[in-house]
Amino acid sequence: MGGFDFDTIVRTAPYLFKVGLAFTLKLTLLSTAGAVVLGTLLAMMRLSSNRLLSGVAGAYVNLMRALPLILIIFWFYFLVPYIVGWIIRAGAPVAVGGFTSALITFILFEAAYFCEIMRAGIQSIPRGQAGAGYALGLNYWQVMRYIVLPQAFRNMTPLLLTQMIVLFQDTSLVYVLSLTDFLGAANNIAQRDGRLVEMFVFAAAVYFLISYAASRLVKMLERRIAIAR
Amino acid sequence: MNYNWNWMVFWDPSPDGTGTYLYTLIRGVYWTLGVSVAAWVIALAAGVAVGVLRTSRIGWLESLCAAYVELFRNVPLLVQMFLWYFVAPEVLPQRMGDAIKAMDPAWSTFWTAVICLGLFTSARIAEQIRAGIYSQPAGQSMAATALGLTRPQAYRYVLLPMTVRIIMPPLTSEALNLVKNSSVAFTIGLLELTGAARSMQEFTFQIFESFAAATVLYLIVNIAVVLLMRFIEKHLAVPGFMGTAR
Repeated sequence: MGGFDFDTIVRTAPYLFKVGLAFTLKLTLLSTAGAVVLGTLLAMMRLSSNRLLSGVAGAYVNLMRALPLILIIFWFYFLVPYIVGWIIRAGAPVAVGGFTSALITFILFEAAYFCEIMRAGIQSIPRGQAGAGYALGLNYWQVMRYIVLPQAFRNMTPLLLTQMIVLFQDTSLVYVLSLTDFLGAANNIAQRDGRLVEMFVFAAAVYFLISYAASRLVKMLERRIAIAR
Repeated sequence: MNYNWNWMVFWDPSPDGTGTYLYTLIRGVYWTLGVSVAAWVIALAAGVAVGVLRTSRIGWLESLCAAYVELFRNVPLLVQMFLWYFVAPEVLPQRMGDAIKAMDPAWSTFWTAVICLGLFTSARIAEQIRAGIYSQPAGQSMAATALGLTRPQAYRYVLLPMTVRIIMPPLTSEALNLVKNSSVAFTIGLLELTGAARSMQEFTFQIFESFAAATVLYLIVNIAVVLLMRFIEKHLAVPGFMGTAR
């Protein structure tokens, strides 16, 4: 096989980063944003006194957490066109782009994990605070918006960011849909140029550097928050 | 919506000529369980070793084990799978690489997946073990020393037996994660449950039936793992300690 060919990496770096990594980061950021919102709503449902709401949310979260992400990716890849077709009454499945399909999948899947984090965050706020809010005449949404959620988010920031790093790594699984995320781009080059060793080692190194640096930052942030409290 | 449901498809013969599609899926479950159990053995052995060494108070050894954990935690599982499958045979000594390539593909992917998942999970178990050891009061190991036990004996007879009991709940979720993560082996061609469902879907075009069956089978495996771990937990519980014996 000859020596380790750095030239291939240098030559293809613009493609790997501008196309591949850009896709991965965009998918990570957008699905984190979506999943945090949906996860928070699910957490509020799970903690609701309405048995139906908490039951539905609990069943959804447990189902998502019991299944492998790859299976979920396949489910939604085929299901989303039918759902979209049904919503806009097209009468036939609507073709959805690979990125949109992946984005919807990751939001719906990761929301279950973010829900559990936010549930712990909401439960970490003493009950008396919500009670005080109601006594001041605030309604449920106001109590959540002004009292509970700001503190819950603040307390859970390290965990939310850690979960985001997990999500960043999980996005590599869109490989099964043949999308061009960072790993997909590296795989394309690897197959085209027959440089499997170089490409996969390089991909691993990039993923490692980003995840490791991010997790160090989260740890630093955790320490600062701990002191402030 | 124009989707043709056909739940009888599971009784149709599959194109590999070995039986029905239902049998294809069941065989997928066997592969999933086989990979998971074999990887679990590696993960426990390596995880306990690394976790213990991280509390050894030998500077360079602790750093080395910390590096091991960080390495496996910060590279996506799929990339690790590709490294083991595509890169390892090239990097290993020529003769070993050739021997791997000459293996029956079903078994070479199986063992690749086992090693990959085993080491990936071991890094996570090592963290649990370390946390479990540190969660015990310092008096435990001091008492062991006072009784004349050596450090290895203190680990063997005092610290580790309690650690395993303390970390049973997180170990259960690691076991569940392992079963789920084994689906990544499908990307290197192992026909475990997700792969079996995917191939059934490609042959029959009965998308939702295939994935629904895989979903139900995964749920059954999950429940079985939880029940098994709960049984072990109950069996191991030390009377008078913590709320484990519920």
